[in-house]
Amino acid sequence: MTQPSILLDGLPVPFVDGQTIMDAAMAADIFIPHLCHHPEFKPQGSCKLCTVKANGRYVSACTLPARDGMEVENNSPDLNDKRRTLLQMLFVEGNHFCPSCEKSGNCMLQALAYELEMLSPHFDQFYPNRAVDASHPEVLLDFNRCILCELCVRASRDVDRKSVFSLSGRGIDKHLIVNAESGRLADTDFSWADKAAHVCPVGVILKKRSGFAVPIGKRRYDVEPIGMQVERLAARSADEES
Amino acid sequence: MGAEREPERGAERVVVGDKRKLRLATASLAGCFGCHMSLLDIDERLFELVERVDFDRSPLTDIKHCGACDIGLIEGGICNAENVHVLREFRSHCKVLIAVGACAVNGGLPAQRNHLDLGQCLQEIYLTAPDIVGGKIPNDPELPLPLDKVHPIHEIVRIDYFIPGCPPSGDAIWKFLTDLLDGRTPRLGHPLLHFD
Repeated sequence: MTQPSILLDGLPVPFVDGQTIMDAAMAADIFIPHLCHHPEFKPQGSCKLCTVKANGRYVSACTLPARDGMEVENNSPDLNDKRRTLLQMLFVEGNHFCPSCEKSGNCMLQALAYELEMLSPHFDQFYPNRAVDASHPEVLLDFNRCILCELCVRASRDVDRKSVFSLSGRGIDKHLIVNAESGRLADTDFSWADKAAHVCPVGVILKKRSGFAVPIGKRRYDVEPIGMQVERLAARSADEES
Repeated sequence: MGAEREPERGAERVVVGDKRKLRLATASLAGCFGCHMSLLDIDERLFELVERVDFDRSPLTDIKHCGACDIGLIEGGICNAENVHVLREFRSHCKVLIAVGACAVNGGLPAQRNHLDLGQCLQEIYLTAPDIVGGKIPNDPELPLPLDKVHPIHEIVRIDYFIPGCPPSGDAIWKFLTDLLDGRTPRLGHPLLHFD
């Protein structure tokens, strides 16, 4: 019996039972833009960057199981336009002033904006003012850059078994919080060795005293666009690269 | 010899003149002139540029007001009343207006003051800082009034194109301008498109 496959942008891509469209694409080294997805975690489909058209319907590639013969549209002007709009909304909601961010050059949000040729924020800026948490000896938290992907929440809860992070509030008031009475990271048992410290796609969870160590031009996405790094997308923080 | 060469040069000029030279204006608003430095960073390609465009208002010409132009390059965001006037003058005189650099595109570094109270900022800088003696907040009528918040320029007027970067490289500016001058859709790919 032949292996089942989906038709991804006209290309037959095989999959094994239980794989999502995203799994099948990544295994075939085909890039589907994503932010809240991480190959080592259970998908939750919240960022919607991976929206594809499967048999004519908009679906999240990271959550929809692949089915034999499914026709999937991924890299098309229509979908990339929508993805760019999602990115623009994420950019204006936070404070993504790249030149002052230690994650710049290694940031998935930024790399996706390059990949999808986002040239302007289009919408009016929110300029949020959320206090940073520098209480922890090893790690700085800048909440102004959080895109609510919940990867740190999932990693801390499911892998580290510490449940250090959570999302609180609803709608536009939704924000990342730290599980301590004081709300400070120093008052948790969080450590840099935790999985949760190494999954942030943007510049919220940063290792102290290591920023800007790699010169511009040599950083991860300076060297190669994100679309050509499909196999390495599980690694997120700078020290995992080296 | 000289008498023979003169008409040839004249003939060349006519040929060039048939293709009307475009007019280009540039200005820095709430920026650091870093993007203008990047424009100079196209180095000897500046000669090619001045073959193809005439500079109108720009720090390079010291012309103070923008005339009718084909292309306007704006560096910097909007932090005071004068910025708004200059930007509107550019919009009304330029057929194509381009936001150049992070500050013009999203407010950039000056916009990082947006979560601070402007009045308190001025007080701290001019009145209560430790080494200030008998200071006062400047209020000369010639000084443009600062705005409460810093804004990217697309929040004030319609912008046709954006060149992000802090600053965009000379190569990025050159690629964009030559695409535009040659009638192609301007496009910055990897690694010319960057935000820092």
